[in-house]
Amino acid sequence: MSKEKFTTLKSSAVPLAIDNIDTDQIIPARFLKATTREGFGENLFRDWRYNNDQSPKAEFALNDAKYTGKILVAGKNFGCGSSREHAAWAIYDHGFRVVISSFFADIFKNNALNNALLPVQVSDGFLKKIFAAIEKNPKTTITVDLTEQKITLEDGSSESFDINPYKKTCLANGYDDIDYLLSLRDEIKHFELAH
Amino acid sequence: MTQRKTLFDKIWDAHVVKSSEGYPDAFYIDRHFIHEVTSPQAFEGLRKRNVKVFNPARTTATADHNVPTIDQHLPIKEALSRHQVETLRKNCPEFGIELYDLGHPYQGIVHIIGPELGLTLPGMTIVCGDSHTSTHGAFGNISFGIGTSEVEQVLATQCVLQYRPKTMLIEISGTLSKGVVAKDIILYIISKLSASGATGYFVEYAGEAIRKLSMEARMTICNMSIEMGARGGLIAPDETTFAYIKGRKFAPQGATFDRMVEQWRQLKSDDGAEYDEVVRFDAADIAPMITYGTNPGMGIKVTDRIPTLNELKDISEQPSFSKSLEYMGLQPGSAILGQSVDYVFIGSCTNARIEDLRMVASMVKGKKKAANVEVWVVPGSKQVEKQAREEGLDKIFEAAGFQLRQPGCSACLGMNEDKIPAGKYCISTSNRNFEGRQGPKSRTFLASPLSAAAAAITGKVTDVRELV
Repeated sequence: MSKEKFTTLKSSAVPLAIDNIDTDQIIPARFLKATTREGFGENLFRDWRYNNDQSPKAEFALNDAKYTGKILVAGKNFGCGSSREHAAWAIYDHGFRVVISSFFADIFKNNALNNALLPVQVSDGFLKKIFAAIEKNPKTTITVDLTEQKITLEDGSSESFDINPYKKTCLANGYDDIDYLLSLRDEIKHFELAH
Repeated sequence: MTQRKTLFDKIWDAHVVKSSEGYPDAFYIDRHFIHEVTSPQAFEGLRKRNVKVFNPARTTATADHNVPTIDQHLPIKEALSRHQVETLRKNCPEFGIELYDLGHPYQGIVHIIGPELGLTLPGMTIVCGDSHTSTHGAFGNISFGIGTSEVEQVLATQCVLQYRPKTMLIEISGTLSKGVVAKDIILYIISKLSASGATGYFVEYAGEAIRKLSMEARMTICNMSIEMGARGGLIAPDETTFAYIKGRKFAPQGATFDRMVEQWRQLKSDDGAEYDEVVRFDAADIAPMITYGTNPGMGIKVTDRIPTLNELKDISEQPSFSKSLEYMGLQPGSAILGQSVDYVFIGSCTNARIEDLRMVASMVKGKKKAANVEVWVVPGSKQVEKQAREEGLDKIFEAAGFQLRQPGCSACLGMNEDKIPAGKYCISTSNRNFEGRQGPKSRTFLASPLSAAAAAITGKVTDVRELV
């Protein structure tokens, strides 16, 4: 099953300047009851987004009309905690295609990469610069170029980012890990017998 | 001279099916556990691809996250939860997978039943769509949590694609003080390394203090490896490990067991093996611990004050720290000792094994809970529940005014019916104190079963050393 392909994205961004955003905040456990991958965007950041009476919290960035775009920018150690892939599904389902942070938790990073959601790790300094740029102009655009592995702000400042070459190929072509593994089934069978 | 290897490297190397330039390793999985929450989309993927399960005998299923912990013989009340469990009931027979469903004598929290059934063994590779899969590493194996796409990979190919993480040795020398238990060790380590301090690493726990621990205690430590970001944590197997495994339902038996033990004895890091990072602590420095904030790294000795903003290592942490304390309704610089609690939760894959329940019972025997607290004791499995009753622990809990419930993840994650109400404080033996983790706006103090039991009696955060 091929996924959406990713090469370059130029978009405004939504800022969440909070560290250690765990996957329970991204999608609380009580919303993990679906048996399909779709529809989780509705409950993305549920408890930060809505009041007890289900009215939106005006001050939360996702509810603030001045912030739009397909890029989410968050504080360090984004996606820590539970391994729920629903977190990556929810972010993607909401319409984001890139998450920028200065540090990602391992399992979240894997889950994102498996779902055409690009995690871009930048330096602490560059992250501060991004937050400052958005604060100055919420409509400012950020360009994420996967081919060049480069992130560029409107003022021309840029930083390169790392991505595993294999994962880069997968994202650029919409490949799935499972396609590669399925091609190894005979070798795996052989390994299993000898194991 | 051959290269000196860590235990982690030895097990890893023995499981690489294919290592190709430009690709992650195709990594063979010996044991796969699944549950109702993170598996349905993986089975759906198999159907869409028209792929069968590669080796159904290597996957074991149970229902734990989304189940009620009272009246389990009745249908699950909440429609979505019921549907998820029913989906597992449909998927398992369709794909030939053994399911320990509600009511089955082996049902329980996935990370509790694996070890107690002898499915978890030294030297293995084990995965599950749950980050606390690191628990199994207590037996000297490589165990880690995966996402649902990877669950599908394992079902379809018995492999996952993985990059080798870095290795970290955490050595705890010396002897623990009275009232200090495994949960305090791991909360102490996380408080020192932070909630992200071991990200990218696989941890090996070693040292005199670790060697002296029971298997239950070792599982508590490995369980929370993920709370400092580690991919997993393991402890080299020894006589304690072999004695625990011997005679368990699915463990090797008789002469095969003896032969396996000889192999398992080789599972240790070579003298002089190099780790990417080494951290050492002295057990004498560890005291009963408690968390005050909203990530597991925000822990202190129960007698310490909550830090002030100025005491933070990094000024950039101040906004997140303030947000956290505001959520908890606590003041920077204040004491946590004496803080009133409303709920006590004894359970979860961290601390719901028989030894944990015995620990609680030893503390509360002949005593009654404080009037202001509600106390839930949720055994980790049907087998733990049965054993607790056989040992008469149920009578002790009943006399103390505790509720002994049925097995499941319960109030650890605010998913099933067991939730802590908004604004209420819960001292919990579970693993996460995130905002809303135990229910929307609930406030969690993570602590050991001993500390939780002490708080149940006094109705407030208590230094357990005053009671033992």
